[in-house]
Formats: sequence, C-alpha cells, structure tokens
Amino acid sequence: MKQRQFEQRHQDTWLHFGERLDALERSRGKNDAGDGFTEQYRQICQHLALAQQRGYSSHLVEPLQQLAMSGHQQLYRHRSQFAAQLLNFVLADFPRLVRAEWRLMALASLLFFGSLIVMGLLVYGYPDLIYSVVSPAQVGEMESMYDPAAPRIGQAAERASSTDWLMFGYYIMHNIGIAFQTFAGGLLFGLGSLFFLFFNGLMIGAVAGHLTDVGFGETFWPFVVGHGAFELTAIALAGAAGLKLGWALLAPGPMPRGEALRVAAQTSVRLIGGVMLFLLIAAFIEAYWSSMTWPHANTKYLVGAVLWALVAAYLIFAGRSAHAPD
Amino acid sequence: MSSSQAWPRIAAQPAPLDTRIRMETPEGIDLLLRPAGLLSRSLAFSIDLLIRGALLVGLLYLFQALGEVGTGLFLLALFLINWWYMVLFEVLNQGRSPGKQIMGLRVVHDDGTPVGWSASLLRNLLRFIDMLPFGYSVGAFTCLQHPMFKRLGDLAAGTLVIYRDSLTERPVLPEAQPVVAPLVLTLEEQRAVLAFAERQQTISPARAQELATILIAPLQLPAHTAPQHAVDQLNGIARGLAGSI
Repeated sequence: MKQRQFEQRHQDTWLHFGERLDALERSRGKNDAGDGFTEQYRQICQHLALAQQRGYSSHLVEPLQQLAMSGHQQLYRHRSQFAAQLLNFVLADFPRLVRAEWRLMALASLLFFGSLIVMGLLVYGYPDLIYSVVSPAQVGEMESMYDPAAPRIGQAAERASSTDWLMFGYYIMHNIGIAFQTFAGGLLFGLGSLFFLFFNGLMIGAVAGHLTDVGFGETFWPFVVGHGAFELTAIALAGAAGLKLGWALLAPGPMPRGEALRVAAQTSVRLIGGVMLFLLIAAFIEAYWSSMTWPHANTKYLVGAVLWALVAAYLIFAGRSAHAPD
Repeated sequence: MSSSQAWPRIAAQPAPLDTRIRMETPEGIDLLLRPAGLLSRSLAFSIDLLIRGALLVGLLYLFQALGEVGTGLFLLALFLINWWYMVLFEVLNQGRSPGKQIMGLRVVHDDGTPVGWSASLLRNLLRFIDMLPFGYSVGAFTCLQHPMFKRLGDLAAGTLVIYRDSLTERPVLPEAQPVVAPLVLTLEEQRAVLAFAERQQTISPARAQELATILIAPLQLPAHTAPQHAVDQLNGIARGLAGSI
C-alpha cells in the first residue's frame, strides 16, 4: 500500500487517538476516554510497525511513534491502591524487610547506639569531653532547655497547644532531614551513612551524658524516653538503608555496579518508607506526649519502656505468619 | 522484488546517530526516547527552585498571621516542599514537575514506563548526594559521564529524564510527475529519497542539486543531465513512493 493511501485510510483513527490521549493526560480520574483504549493502542502500534516496515517517510513514522509513546505512557501509567498497599506494608512487609536485612541493621545499630552509649558514659565520667564535640554555646542552650530550676523554659515546661504544633512541624522537618541525610550518604560507598550514624550517636550521647552529669537528668530522661524509641530506631534504620546502597557499590556480586545499585535501592527505598512512618510517629509523640509535664516521671519511664518494647516486638514479630495481613 | 534479493525485507532499524535510545515494548514496537542533557535539566531545576522559593515566601507571610500554629504549619510546609515537591509532581503529573513541564521534559523508568512512587522518592532523596560538594557537582559530573545523562539518583532509581517531543509540521512534497524508480530500492534508500524530497524546503536549491547529481549514474540518467532534472527525477520517485492522493 502506498504511503498516501495508508495515511488517508487511518488518519481519522490517529486523530481520534490523539484527542483521547489529551483527555487522559489532563485528568487522573476515571473517564470515558479510557473505554476501548487498549484496542486502539494496539492498532496504533500495528500501524507504526507497518509504517516502519514499509519504509514510509519519517514524517509519517514519527507522529505515529509519538502517539505510540504517549499511549504507552497512559497504558502503563501509575495506578495506586495506596491504602491497601500501605496497610500491607505496615503490617507485614516492613518488619519482614528489616529482618531480612538484619546484618546491616545490626551494623547500623551497633555503630549508632554503640557510639551513643560509649560517648554518654565517657562524658558522664569525664565532663570536659563534651566540648570536643559540642560547642560551648550549644551546651549552654541545651542546659537552659532542660534546666529543672527554670520556671518556664524550653520543651520541658508545659506549653500552650499552639506550641505543640510548632514543635511538631519542627521535629518533622529536623528529624526526617537527618534520617534522609543518613540514608543518602550511603551512596558514597556507605561512608556517608557510617559518618552520620557515628556522628549523630556521638552528639546525642554527649548531650545525654552531659545533662545527666550536671543533674538535669530528671527533666531530660522522661522527656526523651518516649519518642526516642521511634526516633533513634528510625535513624539506625535509615543508616541500614544507606549501608545497603553502599554495600551494593562495594560488593556488587555477579551484577555490574549500576545494576546492583538499582536492585539494592529498590529494597532500601522501602526501608526509608518505614523510617518516615517511624519519624512521623516520633514527632507526634515528641510534640504532644513528651512535652507534657504533669505525668509523673515514673509514668513517663513506664510509657517509654512500653514504646521501646512495642518497637522491638513490631520489628521482631510482625508479619511472621504468612497470611496474617491478607 | 525478487526473493533472492540480498537486502532483508524486514531489516533491523539502523541504530540512531544521535542520543536517542530504542526501547522495545511488549507490543512489539520500538519507542524512541530522547534523554535530556545537563543544560535543560538544570534550567528545569532552577525554575522549580524559583517556584518553591516564591511558594515558601508566600506561605511565610500567610502563616505569620497565625502565630505559633502558623510557624508549625510553615515548618511542615517547608518539609513538604523541600522533600516532596518533586516526588508529588513527578508521580501525580505524568512525570513532570512545573519546571520540567516548562522545559518539555518528563521522568520515566528505564523501560519507558511512567515513574512511580518508589523510583521518584529514591531519585529525589538521593539528590542530596548529587548536590555534593557544592552546586550539584557530583550530579553534573555523573550526568556528563553517562550516555543517557543520568545523575547518581537516576542510576540508583533506574529512571531517565527524556524530552517530550512536539510534532513537527508536515512538509509538502515538491511538485513533480510521479515516476517509478528505475531500480529496486531498499527500505533505507526509499526513506532516504523521501527524506530528500521532504527536506527540500530547508536546504538551498544548489545543495539539493549537488546531492541529486551524485545519484545521476545510479538513477540511469544520461551523464550530462542538468542538475535540476536530477532533482526533479528524485522528487518524482518520492512522489511515486508516497503515492498520489
């Protein structure tokens, strides 16, 4: 068939398909532009293949190619069953994933919690050590925040509910930022993640040790024990996700490095999804529960212990039975 | 055409000379993707940056009126805009953030399918590394190194930034009497003759004559044919190939 004849015969189909594509590209909702889409798309693909095979001019082939390309984009366009996926992820996928990556998780935890505890004990024993990691100005700031003698200063004091909102926003901003950095650092052959895990561990440990040493422990520990369960675990998880990227670059196994990175990234981005969930919960607890001063310190310790146990139990036991979430 | 023809009738498509890549789909057709280079991508990013900046300044003024709740909301907005602006636009708006839309770009998976949540989140989180040590140096370096202009985030997420090609106007074939080619043309030759006729508007007559003169012998024209006659002959073959209306 000559090019002109071919064109004339199918021109209307192409125009119609183009209009349909425009309609689909404009709206995300279900509309009647989707009816019979696949049949027409197949037809366009067939026309394109014919036009190429018969050596028709590129001015005919290229519009067809673009139609096929846009049709391809619409046919495979992102469909989300967001709620169902989220539920499945929270109930089973995420804890399973963390267990599957337990080696990296153990390494990240060891680095983060290890440096935190060791630094805390060191600063507690040798108080001057804190100035090697935290500047004196920041130390003063920290002290004023948790000073039990201060009438109404900082987070420890009872706040108006509007301040809770302020702090919620601040914690989301700040903590997720740290977690994302810890994760993204993994791309530098894991060094970034190692650094951020170690550095954040040192900082938090030093501050905790120092505040306990100067006698502010009674305001500090009840404040942090609750949300710490989620927040600190989340940082360790983000580190593990970052290390996964780094490990894929260092030891790609049988795959090329780029391919290994891509495969590892698919796993680690799901870990990051869990990290964000954890940090959201942490920010919520931090802004609305940790900041309350009326519960007795023992109540706070108790709740804190329950939360830590909850996180541990979730990561260790959730999703063990094969059919539980379905 | 005889069956003993040396040229395969269904020839593999020649590899493109430019940066376009062929992507075979399950439908049995080849999609041509044109990866976008560093300049248009950084322009798109700059536009996005400006939009985000303007948005934040606007929100800052708006939320200042609300006191501390407002500041809290602003920090939430800052977080959303900082980390989620790109992801939300890319997934919900056909792979296009506003900057990319203006520059005519879109993000797709390596296989040409539209970008999804995890890939988009990944490529935008890893932006942090591409920004190191300053001004996207790592990203620019890897982008220039890679045949498909991928930055590190794209490599990890398996995504690609491509141009959304717009249709070019269809040229009119020059007037000529349709003739049958004096020899059997392969597909590639047919395309070349058609392209010669279609592109005649954009090249000078002298150049067209020069090109046509090369083909005087293969077209079995007398050796001293006027160059313009060779051009007409080629146009005629093109008309013959395309068929009359």
